[in-house]
Amino acid sequence: MFYREAGQFKTTYESDGQIFPIRQDRIALGGLLLLALAIVPVFASPYMLSAILIPFLIFSLAALGLNILTGYCGQLSLGTAAFMAVGAFASFNFIARLPGIPMLLAFVLGGLCAAMVGIAFGLPSLRIRGFYLAASTLATQFFVVWCLTKIPYLTNYSSSGVITAQKIVIFGYQFDTPASKYVLVLAIVALMALLAKNMIRSNVGRSWMAVRDMDVAAEVIGFRPMRTKLLAFAVSSFYCGVAGALYAYAYLGTVEPEAYNLDLSFRILFMIIIGGVGSVLGSFLGAAFIVLLPVFLNILAHSLSLPTSVASNLELMVFGALIIFFLIVEPHGLARLWQVGKEKLRLWPFPH
Amino acid sequence: MKSIMLCATLIGAFNQVQAADQFIALPSYRVGPYAAGGSGFYGGAIDYFNLINANGGVNGVKIQWEECETEYNPSRGIECYERLKTKNGGASMVEPLSTGIAYGVLDRLVQDKIPMTTLGYGRSDAANGKVFPYVFPLITSYWNQAAAMIKYLADKNGGYDKLKGKKIVHLYHDSAFGKEPLPVLEAQAKQYGFELIKIAVAPPGSEQQSQWLQIRQAKPDHVILWGWGVMNSVAIKTAQRNGFPREKMLGVWWAGSEEDTIPSGDAAKGYTSMTFNTPGNYPLIDEIRKKVYASGKGNLADQARIGSVYHMRGLTAGILWVEAIRVAQDKFGKGKIMTGEQMRWGLENLNVDEARQKALGAFGMFPTVKTSCDDHEGSGAVKVQQWDGKKWIAITPNWVVGDKALTRKLVEDSSNAYAAEKKITPSCMK
Repeated sequence: MFYREAGQFKTTYESDGQIFPIRQDRIALGGLLLLALAIVPVFASPYMLSAILIPFLIFSLAALGLNILTGYCGQLSLGTAAFMAVGAFASFNFIARLPGIPMLLAFVLGGLCAAMVGIAFGLPSLRIRGFYLAASTLATQFFVVWCLTKIPYLTNYSSSGVITAQKIVIFGYQFDTPASKYVLVLAIVALMALLAKNMIRSNVGRSWMAVRDMDVAAEVIGFRPMRTKLLAFAVSSFYCGVAGALYAYAYLGTVEPEAYNLDLSFRILFMIIIGGVGSVLGSFLGAAFIVLLPVFLNILAHSLSLPTSVASNLELMVFGALIIFFLIVEPHGLARLWQVGKEKLRLWPFPH
Repeated sequence: MKSIMLCATLIGAFNQVQAADQFIALPSYRVGPYAAGGSGFYGGAIDYFNLINANGGVNGVKIQWEECETEYNPSRGIECYERLKTKNGGASMVEPLSTGIAYGVLDRLVQDKIPMTTLGYGRSDAANGKVFPYVFPLITSYWNQAAAMIKYLADKNGGYDKLKGKKIVHLYHDSAFGKEPLPVLEAQAKQYGFELIKIAVAPPGSEQQSQWLQIRQAKPDHVILWGWGVMNSVAIKTAQRNGFPREKMLGVWWAGSEEDTIPSGDAAKGYTSMTFNTPGNYPLIDEIRKKVYASGKGNLADQARIGSVYHMRGLTAGILWVEAIRVAQDKFGKGKIMTGEQMRWGLENLNVDEARQKALGAFGMFPTVKTSCDDHEGSGAVKVQQWDGKKWIAITPNWVVGDKALTRKLVEDSSNAYAAEKKITPSCMK
């Protein structure tokens, strides 16, 4: 009923190969983007923008980065926060040391630095896989944070190793209100998500998935595993690096290396597991789940005026229980639930 | 029916009527690895608020507060700060008790006009109110603590000149927190000619075998334990196992609470640490027992923790905040609710001297705090306490103050560098 595609015929290859082949999807997504870009910044409260939506978008981008590596290329990684840290601290250094460098260029360069670190630490993936690879990416996590605390140059000789993000100025416009920062983050995230979606649909993405599904077979049919895996590491780290820079510049403002600890890596890993491994939409849904649910539970517990210590423990319990529940009901994550829902809507009211 | 009632409570909570109370935002933490510190500190502050309210408030103005669980996580902390800052007519003050969160909200404070206190942590250079008008590292910062540590060790050895040739190990939590005192310690090592051996412990610090082996080989005269959480009791126990006398260990004030020593058992006996409170019982604590806990309004679940190190630190914070409200009311109107800007003025013009402490029933509980635009710290004095196996006992009768000229110079240099980086023109606010 809602999803009837009757009358939507594809007569060209281009129309058959669109990202969203169904018209309703295109309209819905266009409407959502319009809403997010034009209506939300005007009407949402500063709290909503700066404490909920901005971190949600940034974590979505980081989850997308990890999803490229883990979900599409099958390389388990625990170093996401480290790549984010590289992006943030590299952007900081580019802006601090090259006065007048365009902000967006600094973010891109920060992302490229993260990509290089990603390639370096992706090298073990050529020999090991699965849990062993997770352990070696864990080394990235510790190594990068160690470097940032040990090498004063990286933090511009700040005595305690903490950096202060410079003001975001792009084309002379200063992004200092929550609404403007939100629009900036949204634009970057939307653009990069679109890029990722297209990359995954192209030859590159197919090579990643081939390696993920069976690397020996992928090699036999002509994909070069080394190039494929390292490319996945580079692209994934680039995404994480940009997310890390945004985390520092558009969200935290002042960062110590500890902000990018192992805990953050785990949270992003949970995001893609709950959202859906190997799905762009899943990265967004997972980030929403992990960022919003604790906040919602916390507000709920507050409004029921539970004592704070009880409330926060209850919050952890409910959160844990929900994760287990979701994974039992739908091990493929929220994205899969959405897909099933869409199928159902397509067939409704006729189940067969 | 149940869901309707739930909805009604929810709507009721969201449409709270703006109350005529002084609102203080408490992004606190009571779960997670640092729960012991958080629950004690915020418990103390809330106990003091309850006492003030039971006594009729500050010139009739009651104090209102709201907590929000941060789990010590910067991301959650910022969410909490953003959520609380507009509630109940706007927060007039905030205290996250976390370096990460404090750094995260640092830039927002000036825009939102909300002052933040960072009691005994955070940016030491925020003592310069010309660059950081809205940040108050009250009582003492890490730099003054480090200077006081050297002063104490010098006194113990019979003067600064006796430090020459001595070996001091700085055993630290490998994070911004542990590295904060290094500029002071390095400068003093050069000045007085002692050897500073820096040994890092990877967080969280539950594994220190190799570090203590290194310490045993170096045979230092003193070990400064700049630890945090689980690292402290592990250090104390490992020191015992390696036969290092605990009397020679001097902890930072985050390594000197009952929560650090009791789990270490016998090993902690004789261990010394810094503190900015004098352990003991005070008329104020008795009053809190009588008026707050007896009427069931006490915040600590375990009443044995009343008067413990973290609880007293929370009480101290509560006293300073309420005094700031009082000072601000004297200028801007008694019986009125102070805005964030007015509260900032109050915090900048504090003068909690011994006479005032006596009046509050807290004589000697913390050093005299007198702030100004130049000095947002207000004191810089600390004490050294020793664990006797059951409780902490102050072993320096007077407050210890280190080389303040040195720390002041560091504050100036560092805050001016920050001002240059952020393009701030240092100036005093009215």
